[in-house]
Amino acid sequence: MTVKAAKHWYDYLWILSTLYLALGFVNILFAWLGLLCFFIPLLMALLGKEKGYCNRYCGRGQLFALLGGQLGLSRNRPVPRWLKSRWFRYAFLAFFMTTFFLMLLRTYQVFTGAGNLREAVTLLWTIQLPWHWAAPGTGVTPWVAQFAFGFYSVMFTSTVLGLVTMVLFKPRSWCVYCPMGTMTQMICQVKRPKG
Amino acid sequence: MTVQSRKRKKAAVDQGHCVACGCCVKVCPRGAISVAYGCYAQVDESACVGCGLCAKACPADVIEMKEVEG
Ligand code: SF4
Ligand code: SF4
Ligand code: SF4
Repeated sequence: MTVKAAKHWYDYLWILSTLYLALGFVNILFAWLGLLCFFIPLLMALLGKEKGYCNRYCGRGQLFALLGGQLGLSRNRPVPRWLKSRWFRYAFLAFFMTTFFLMLLRTYQVFTGAGNLREAVTLLWTIQLPWHWAAPGTGVTPWVAQFAFGFYSVMFTSTVLGLVTMVLFKPRSWCVYCPMGTMTQMICQVKRPKG
Repeated sequence: MTVQSRKRKKAAVDQGHCVACGCCVKVCPRGAISVAYGCYAQVDESACVGCGLCAKACPADVIEMKEVEG
């Protein structure tokens, strides 16, 4: 007999995460929706919902659990020690935030006219993938498009990293070093009632 | 029928290294594990049946199945 944990409506949010990734191939402007995965976890942690986002609603974690767990696309090995060490998690968060601010800076340069719109998605912070097919029409303000390309690069890169560690280690290995997870846990640690 | 002092397994979390992701919460069939204060997982030993599903799912491998008297 296999006993299974009960399923809830929010256990299907992986569908939205998948849709999000797919829509980025159709029109890059959909990337803006990804801001929700940025603000909702932070607001939940700040407003007393603790790690409610990770623990219930995060579709990305569910997607990895589904592909790596149910579909078996994972070696199911323990992650290396360094990957789950505190310094690596904090360093990865710092690195992630730095690249995020550089992305915002690029958007700002396009906004002021100091830089041109680049119709590309950057994978793993270095590889420029041409992405002109999903570029919005000429009616769209360049910085709006630039932010979309930049933000989608962040989401795409983290998904690819997550998929790689899903295959190599446990399905949800990404959650060990996920910057959003680290950040929300830090907020909770600060907010935790003392004593 | 002989009554033995049975050893039973319960999940035990290394809370210092828990990343509070809640993967364990999702798989527990008994609702016996929860993430306290958003900081680390904790086990309700009276509800835990020692199935080990949480330990298998934990991406940080911080859950150990420990034998307890009972
Ligand atoms: S750690 Fe990241 S990927 Fe995992 S559940 Fe939390 S936000 Fe989602
Ligand atoms: S799955 Fe592991 S790391 Fe995640 S909350 Fe549970 S015990 Fe902590
Ligand atoms: S061992 Fe089984 S019952 Fe106990 S906390 Fe883990 S998943 Fe729940």
